[in-house]
Amino acid sequence: MKRYGYPLLPLLALLLTAGTPALAGAPKPDIPEAIKGEQCVEDTEFMRRNHMALLEHQRDDTVRRGIRSKKHSLKNCFTCHVVKGEDGKAVTASDPRHFCRECHDYAAVTVDCWQCHVSTPEAKDGAL
Amino acid sequence: MSDNKIDHYRRRFLGQTAAIAGGATLAGGLLLNAVAEARPADQAASSANRWGLLIDTSKCASDCDECVKACEMEHGWGRGSTDEQKSRPEQKAQWIRKVTVRDRATGHETSLPMMCQHCAHPPCVDVCPTGASMKRADGIVQVDKHRCIGCRYCMMACPYKARSFIHEDLHDQKTESPRGKGTVESCNLCVNRVDRGEQPACAEACPEKAILFGDLKDPGSEIARRLASEPSTEIRGDLGLDLGVRYQHI
Amino acid sequence: MKPTTFREISGDSTGFWALLGLLGLLIAAGLGAAWYMEHNGHWVTGMNNQIVWGMPHVFAVFLIVAASGALNVASMASVFGRTALKPLSRLSGLLAIALLAGGLMVLVLDLGHPDRLIMAMMNLNFMSIFAWNIILYNGFFLIVGIYLWTMMEKRANRHTKTAGLFAFVWRLILTTGTGSIFGWLVARQAYDAAIMAPMFIALSFSFGLAIFMLVLFASYRWAGRPLGDYMIVRMQRLLGLFVIAALFFVVVYHLTNLYAAEHRSVEHFMLDGDNVYSGLFWVGYVLLGSLIPMAIAWFGPFRASLGWATTAAALVVAGGLAMMYVIIIGGQAYPLQLFPGKEVSSSFFDGVVNPYSPTLAETLLGIGGVGIALAIVVVGIRLLKFLPLSLEDARVDPHYKADEA
Repeated sequence: MKRYGYPLLPLLALLLTAGTPALAGAPKPDIPEAIKGEQCVEDTEFMRRNHMALLEHQRDDTVRRGIRSKKHSLKNCFTCHVVKGEDGKAVTASDPRHFCRECHDYAAVTVDCWQCHVSTPEAKDGAL
Repeated sequence: MSDNKIDHYRRRFLGQTAAIAGGATLAGGLLLNAVAEARPADQAASSANRWGLLIDTSKCASDCDECVKACEMEHGWGRGSTDEQKSRPEQKAQWIRKVTVRDRATGHETSLPMMCQHCAHPPCVDVCPTGASMKRADGIVQVDKHRCIGCRYCMMACPYKARSFIHEDLHDQKTESPRGKGTVESCNLCVNRVDRGEQPACAEACPEKAILFGDLKDPGSEIARRLASEPSTEIRGDLGLDLGVRYQHI
Repeated sequence: MKPTTFREISGDSTGFWALLGLLGLLIAAGLGAAWYMEHNGHWVTGMNNQIVWGMPHVFAVFLIVAASGALNVASMASVFGRTALKPLSRLSGLLAIALLAGGLMVLVLDLGHPDRLIMAMMNLNFMSIFAWNIILYNGFFLIVGIYLWTMMEKRANRHTKTAGLFAFVWRLILTTGTGSIFGWLVARQAYDAAIMAPMFIALSFSFGLAIFMLVLFASYRWAGRPLGDYMIVRMQRLLGLFVIAALFFVVVYHLTNLYAAEHRSVEHFMLDGDNVYSGLFWVGYVLLGSLIPMAIAWFGPFRASLGWATTAAALVVAGGLAMMYVIIIGGQAYPLQLFPGKEVSSSFFDGVVNPYSPTLAETLLGIGGVGIALAIVVVGIRLLKFLPLSLEDARVDPHYKADEA
C-alpha cells in the first residue's frame, strides 16, 4: 500500500474533485429563446449534435458547388436565433449574449465564422 | 359617324394597344428571365454554363465609375463600407477598378473596367496550396475563404492584379458577401446574384450598358451571339488563359 | 585517417549563456512581431496589395535556400567520397535542419491565417508548387533526421551512404521547388523563367556553405577547439567555386532577359534603374557578395586566414540577402504588363513602380527566424555529439606531414 498507494492519492483527489464545478452549480449556458417559430429547421437534439457538420460540410457544398438550400443557410438561422440588445437591435457575435456565444463560451470552443460572416439578420432597409 | 362608333373604335384601339404593350412587356420579361437562367437554389452549378462578360470600351467614359460604385455597394468594400480605416491606400481592397490605357506613340486614351477575368486556366487556382482559390463548374473563379490561409501566392500569380488581401479586422460586411482579415478576395462575378438569376452589379449599373453578362456556352444568348459576330480581345491573350471576360474597342 | 572523436561542447562559460540569451531575445522579438502582425492584421506591415511578399519572405526564402545548401558538406562526404570532410557531416545535417526550421517558422507566422495550416495540409492542391513544398520540406526534416541518425548511431553507419544519397537527391528536388515558386509564375516579367530552379540550386550551394563556415569558425573559436588551416583553405576554395557557379546562372538569366525585347524594360529596371534594387544587385550581390569573396578565395595573401575566410563568408551571406531582396521585392515592384507597350494608370496602382518600405515588425520577424536557426544549432552542439573534438591539420589533412606544421 505504501509503495503504490501514495502516488494514487493525488489521482483519486483529482477524480473526486473533477465533478465539483457541476456540483457547485457552475453557470450553464442560458440559451436564448428563438424570437419566432415553434421549432428549428431540425430537432434540437439533431442540431446540438450536428450543427457543426451542417456548418462545416454544407458550406463546402454552397461555396464550391453552388448548392444554396434556404433551410440550412446561415442567413436563415438568423431569422429566428436573434437576441435583441437594450436598443432593440440584434446583438452581434462580439456580445456574449449572442445565440452562438452562449454555448460556445461555456464549452470554450472558439469559432472564427464572425471574422467574415455577419452575425445578425439583414435589416430590411439595407442598413445593418 | 355617331359618337358611339367613335368611342367604340377608340376603345378598341386603346384595348388592342394595351394588349400588345402588355404582351410585349410580358414577353420581354420572360425573355430576360430566360437569359438570366435562374436554376433552382439547391441545384449545383453546372459546366453546361460558362458565365462571362463582354465589355465595350467605346461606351466607357473615362470619368465614370458607376460599375465600381455598384460593386462596392453590393459587396461592402471601398465606399460601400466603413471598414478598412487603418489600411493605407495601397493596402485597401479593390475588386474592380477603372484603368486608363494610353498609347505612348499616338496619345490615344481608352478607359475600361478591370476585374477578375475568370480564366478557364486560372494561374491563381494552379498555385493555391489549399485549393481555396477555385474555379466553379460554371466558370466563376473565386476564393473559398474557409480554406484560405492567407499566403498571397495567388496574388503573386495573377497577371491582372485581380486579388486583394484584407489587412485588418472587418466589421461592416454585407450578409451575402462575407469577407475577413487574413484572407484574399476578388471579383466573384457576383456569384450570389448570378445564382438567383440576376446580373452582376457592375453590368446592371452601367449607364451606357457597356458591360454585357451572359452564358458563353449558350449559343442563343446575346453575349454568345455578339462574340461570334463581332471582334473582341482578351487582355494578355498571349498567356493562353482563355478568359471569361472579353473587351471590344481597346 | 584517424577516427574522429565527437564531443558536446561544455557550455558552461558566460559566453555560452550570453549567446543563448541574445538568441533568445531575437526569438522573442520575432515571436512578438508575429503576434503583433497576426493580432492587428497586416496593415501594420509595409506589405500591401502590390508588394504582397516582403522582408519576412526575403529572410525565409534565404534561410530555406541556405538550408539545402548547408547539407552539401555532408553530401560531399557521403555521396561524393570526399572523406576529408566526413568529420563535418554531422554539423552539416544539424545546420540544414536548423536553417529550414527557422525559414519555415517565418513563413508560417506571416500567413494571414496560420491557424488553418493543419486543415491546409489535409486539402493539398497538387498543381501548386507550394503544396509540393510542404511535403518536400517536411520530408527534408525526416530524411536528414534519419541521415544524422545513421551517422551518429554506430550500428547504422553502414547506411550513411544510402541515406546521404537520398538526402542529396531530396534536397535538389526541394531547391528546385523553391526556385520554381518564382520560376513558374507567368504573370511577372522578372519571373517566368525555367532557369530560376537551377539558379536557386547554385545559390543554395554558396549560401549554405557560407553560413556553414561562419557557424564552424565561431563554434571552434568560442569552444576553444583547434581548427587547422587545411579546413579553412578547403572551405575558402569551395566557397569561391560555388560563388562562381551561382554568378554564372545569374548572368545567364539576365543575359537571356536582355536579349528579348519583351523583357528589356524589367532588366533596365533591375540593373540600371534609379532604385534600391540596382544598388543592391551590383554592390550587394555582385561586388560584395561575389567578386570580393572570389578574390579572397583565390588570391594567395588571403589564404589560410580565419579572418579573411570569415569576411568572405559574411559577405556572401550579405550578398545573398541582397539578391533575395532584389528577386522577391524587385520582381513585385515592377508593374504587371497588362497592356504591353502602353501607359497604364488606375486607382489600384496599375502601371507604376510599387514602393516598399519594410516596417520594424516584419524585419524582426525575419531576424527571429535567424535566431531560431542559430539557437537550434547552439543547443544541438551542447546536447549531442555534433562537433569533432579537433579539426587540426594532423587529424584531418590527408596530406599532412609533421614537419610542415
